[in-house]
Amino acid sequence: MIPALLELRGIQKIFPGCIANDDIDLTIAPGEIHALLGENGAGKSTLVKMIYGVLRPDQGEILWRGESIQIDNPASARALGIGMVFQHFSLFESMTTLENVALALPAQNLDLLRVQLEKTANEYGLKLHPDRYVYDLSMGERQRIEIVRCLLQDPKLLILDEPTSVLTPQESDVLFETLRKLVAEGRSILYISHKLEEVRALCGQATILRGGKRVDNCVPVEETAQSLAEKMIGRRVEPIQDRETPMSTQKRLVVSNLSKRSDELHGTDIQDVTFTVHAGEILGIAGIAGNGQTELMAALTGETGPPQSGSIEIENQDATAMAPMDRRQLGAVFVPEERIGQAAVSNLSLIQNSFLTSGKRMGFISAGIIDWSAVDAYTGHILDRFDVRATGRDALASSLSGGNLQKFIVGREILQTPQLIVVSQPTWGVDAGAAAAIHEQIQGLVANGAAALVISQDLDEIFGLCDQIAVISQGNLSTPRPAAEITTEAVGLLMGASNHASGDALANA
Amino acid sequence: MTELIIASIMTIMTAATPLIFAATGELICEKSGVLNLGVEGMMLIGAVFGFAAVTVTGAPVLGVFAGALAGIFASLIFGFLTLSLLSNQVATGLALTIFGTGLSALFGLEYVGKTIEQIEPIHIPLLTDLPIVGRILFGHDPLIYLAIAILGLTAWFLRRTRAGMVLRAVGDSDYSAHAIGYPVIAIRYAAVAFGGAMAGLGGAYLSLAYTPLWAENMSAGRGWIALALVVFASWRPSRVLLGAMLFGGITILQLNAQAAGFGIPASYMSMLPYIATIVVLVLISRDSTRIRLNAPACLGRAFRAER
Repeated sequence: MIPALLELRGIQKIFPGCIANDDIDLTIAPGEIHALLGENGAGKSTLVKMIYGVLRPDQGEILWRGESIQIDNPASARALGIGMVFQHFSLFESMTTLENVALALPAQNLDLLRVQLEKTANEYGLKLHPDRYVYDLSMGERQRIEIVRCLLQDPKLLILDEPTSVLTPQESDVLFETLRKLVAEGRSILYISHKLEEVRALCGQATILRGGKRVDNCVPVEETAQSLAEKMIGRRVEPIQDRETPMSTQKRLVVSNLSKRSDELHGTDIQDVTFTVHAGEILGIAGIAGNGQTELMAALTGETGPPQSGSIEIENQDATAMAPMDRRQLGAVFVPEERIGQAAVSNLSLIQNSFLTSGKRMGFISAGIIDWSAVDAYTGHILDRFDVRATGRDALASSLSGGNLQKFIVGREILQTPQLIVVSQPTWGVDAGAAAAIHEQIQGLVANGAAALVISQDLDEIFGLCDQIAVISQGNLSTPRPAAEITTEAVGLLMGASNHASGDALANA
Repeated sequence: MTELIIASIMTIMTAATPLIFAATGELICEKSGVLNLGVEGMMLIGAVFGFAAVTVTGAPVLGVFAGALAGIFASLIFGFLTLSLLSNQVATGLALTIFGTGLSALFGLEYVGKTIEQIEPIHIPLLTDLPIVGRILFGHDPLIYLAIAILGLTAWFLRRTRAGMVLRAVGDSDYSAHAIGYPVIAIRYAAVAFGGAMAGLGGAYLSLAYTPLWAENMSAGRGWIALALVVFASWRPSRVLLGAMLFGGITILQLNAQAAGFGIPASYMSMLPYIATIVVLVLISRDSTRIRLNAPACLGRAFRAER
């Protein structure tokens, strides 16, 4: 019998306040794509960081080709033949592609490396420009740098941490091709993901983690996405329910020819964006991060001041030059992408945080005095209705997990019974159960006549939740189309579109 | 007239040299992502210990070494507090300046009023005697050549060597550098120590070559100018030389203007380097690409490696 390439036995890692990994076993055979499945916070990243020597296990044993070893740091992991592509890339933005690759390899001549880099990149169909600076590159290109620099070390085991979370469907397909080539050469891949269809299509084996423990081992093709999800979450998950759309001609949000320059160093200017959201309608805006979503959201909330041109009407009133609080007074609420720092203040209590956006709308202030007991009751209501797990109403926002904080923030806005809810990445980093709850609440609100605008990178969410779909790419928004009339592929093409011209892709879809 | 121009260039160079030393050190330190505002303090410590060493031993070379070592010692206090204990870099740097001012005044009490032999300009027969260029190229004191050599080496180090690339990487993203496996903290310690050594040298230059005596607070704000100079140069060594000459020139101008009895109060002249820095900051901040490429993204941020 061929010994396993990598075997973990009884790995344990404890962080202050939580057991990140508890008694985990994992075996990877040569030439296998092994999936590591689990929800956010299940301990996947911690586990692979120990394999890659970034973290050290508190207990347990790591065997490489049958021999017990200790991996002290990433350099020794690389020396063994373990390469890793991080979810949050470990790249240097102010340096070139070539320099970024060179930094991860032992010292060598840069000119020779350039030749090698181009050769390897071509071999695996990974397009790269050695002299371009990283800050200038798309997420897909950045990932290719990470992969190529791993490949240049001739790894036996390649670890990929949620590689497709930043890619278009087309970019993902290219990645899968590359991965299959690698496996055909006898290399092994440890593939971390929570996208189940992907795992079923790609991986031969799967290890499922939940709450820091290994709960199951399975062969993904023998499972359904539903059964994998249940193993991951530990209970049944209801898919997003279809609903009857009470279509209405009442306009809640009208954005016309909106152009706004980005305030950020490398932000994307939004150009000539036009769309309308009616009562009883959910408009989804898909797109890869960094294509103007942040700027669009800021223009809609009003936090970065009036736009350069165009107009925003909320409830038939011109809100183009209004401040955020005035827009809220018109009946709009906003859930921005950044939970800490934008949606919530980390070192304020939940009560104080709920006051921040609801104070004026919910009438918690009289003659300049805050009625804290009313805010307190309101906060309790949010925690109950949205099943927010916190130590209490006076818990600090920073003490909540990402998913719980998101439930709190969405709840805080929805309970204000708005006419319009604008929400960016509603379920990013939220576990499946909480995501379903958030979706249900948004749908419930819309069923009662409100309108919703959902900006999301998650195509499953966009297709499952929205009635109309538009795609934002490089600051341009495609014309919204009914969800039933377009395909994932067409949306994917638009997401990767380099200019406005590819609006044709939708027409042909 | 020619004589006047040559004399001006010579004095501008002597005024620029302490700035070149200190700014080169701070540039390396900042490139690694550490903002050390204690340059002024480290210069004073370097100045007084350099002076003391020469007073005791009579050997200028030992004075130079003593100045650099004292600077390293001071910077390592800063390094320990900010890198190992993760204290705030701005506050700690300011504290270092106050500490350095006090320590140098205390230690320097017995040296006030003493004189030593100045480090003399070199004289190479024939070469130095060449008309005009002779003195400009071959007539400075050895430390000026050392400063320019170190600056050149620094430019080469950052651009051409792997170690320089790693240093830039640590300043650009400490998280990424750690993930790849570079010892972020150790690299930063080294950069901080280099910054200290250079600030110490700059201080020693003041008390050994510029004016061969010790006076309390004799660096007179040059540490702050060096800090401004790093930003002025947008973290590029070549521009440090240019900026140091410019700021050095302003210093000389200020002295001459005072001597000539111009009606401009000296305070206005001393403001000039800082005004120039603010103007440059505004100008370069219009070009976001340049900032992105040169300014270390992690500047001033504490880094704690998970284990």
